[in-house]
Amino acid sequence: MKKTLKGLYLALVVLFLYLPIATLIVLSFNSGKSMNAWKGFSLEWYKEMFENRMIMEALENTVTIAFWAATIATIVGVMACIGLNAMRDRSKSVLMGLNNIPLLNADIVIGISLMLSFLLFGISLNYGTVLFAHITFCIPYVILSVMPKFKQLQNHTYEAALDLGATPVYAFFKVVLPDIMPGVISGFLLSFTMSVDDFVITHFTRGAGINTLSTLIYSQVKVGIRPTLYALSTVIFVGVLIILIVINIISNRREEKKI
Amino acid sequence: MSKKIFSGPFLIFMLCGTLIPLGVIAFYGITDRSGAFTLANITAIATKEHYEALLLALGLALISTIICLIIAFPLGLILKNSKLGKKGFMVFIFILPMWMNFLLRTMAWQVLLERNGIINQVLGFIGLPSLDIINTPTAVVLGMVYDYLPFMVLPIYNALIKIDKNVIEAAYDLGAGFRQVLQKVIIPLTVPGIVSGVTMVFVPSLTTFAVSNMLGGGKVNLIGNIIEQEFTASSNWNLGAGLSLVMMIFIVISMAFIEKFDRNGEGNII
Repeated sequence: MKKTLKGLYLALVVLFLYLPIATLIVLSFNSGKSMNAWKGFSLEWYKEMFENRMIMEALENTVTIAFWAATIATIVGVMACIGLNAMRDRSKSVLMGLNNIPLLNADIVIGISLMLSFLLFGISLNYGTVLFAHITFCIPYVILSVMPKFKQLQNHTYEAALDLGATPVYAFFKVVLPDIMPGVISGFLLSFTMSVDDFVITHFTRGAGINTLSTLIYSQVKVGIRPTLYALSTVIFVGVLIILIVINIISNRREEKKI
Repeated sequence: MSKKIFSGPFLIFMLCGTLIPLGVIAFYGITDRSGAFTLANITAIATKEHYEALLLALGLALISTIICLIIAFPLGLILKNSKLGKKGFMVFIFILPMWMNFLLRTMAWQVLLERNGIINQVLGFIGLPSLDIINTPTAVVLGMVYDYLPFMVLPIYNALIKIDKNVIEAAYDLGAGFRQVLQKVIIPLTVPGIVSGVTMVFVPSLTTFAVSNMLGGGKVNLIGNIIEQEFTASSNWNLGAGLSLVMMIFIVISMAFIEKFDRNGEGNII
């Protein structure tokens, strides 16, 4: 009895989470523009989506911005951890507190404050300003995922490498980096997803010319939902599913190897 | 050469990307268009339209946070205790929607709740009265709960699985019933997870403008909508910045409140 209740509860939450997504997926294969009546199977909306230049450009912007933002944020974040660990505890904790501001601040405030600053200093809003904004809000996530790895690090392996004649740079890449790698990877992935997912900050820091998927979706929904957006939802959902499963398999294999 | 220098780029990004912009928004908030000092943008919150939007945002954010908590806590408990071999897979199912663009997920509810939408068709088919909630605060709350639920599930689940099983068994051995174990052991030990879940749902709900715009159809104006309109439609940036400052005060207050709750919770454990 108790078990069925638990199962029922899980089923209800799953239904709540997936019914809307399933609806979009089913409707994406519907022929005709109808939002609620089934008019027969078709792939026309997928064709229209892939031929839609605006959607494809937005997709390209989303992926390139996320890639560069995550890459630069990861490099800056790892360097920051090295620097912070060499500091006195007092200055380190002040800077770590500073690092929390973008994490706790509301997106809309980050977006508006960046937009006002760009315009105040005469920087016109474009791809670069969006990228800068994304790097800024990604860095704290990298630092949060890399810092704990530095704490676990055994300092004498690095010192041993130096004693054995390695240059500091060589010792860092051969000794320190492999140990902190899991943190670096999760920082990068976290940054990438945060960047892809962001709407509010991009909304304020983009100029009129460029769109990411989020801003494009928002402006299209305002005008009227078209079935191409259902096709886009389906592609994104399936894409995310495949990526997550692949990441899962890879990390499982790694763990098996360790054992 | 000191290693400290490596934090240079980080400091530059912090300065240019966070500190200076916060200074700039504060500057805009306390000046008028000509650049003269004024508090008019801050006191503008006392206008009926503005304080109503703030109160509505606070109310809806509170309601959706509570609903998320009520859904997520039992869910976390069930997942923690489930003996299914694929526990990781089960958790994966509940947080997977988080990775899909939240605007598309919100759009899905717009499609579902439409006046002749799918939900109403099904209700009509089985002879039930139609559900007329699109463009109302109810629909906005539904959207918030749907969008932010995974942010509540994840930290609570993480806190729950960290609890030592022996502690729970010891409580049972000492004669506690399920209720007592829940009240005296499980909930106090889950407080840090609950706190981060509450923050991660409350702040975005309080400040959103996209969800209220899409599911409220322009009829549900939250403080986020008012601010966004000042920057896009009416372009009174000083007023928008001033209202953002007021909104930030409320975020800080709620954070302090949550933080205090956290300390109390941890105090209970000791």
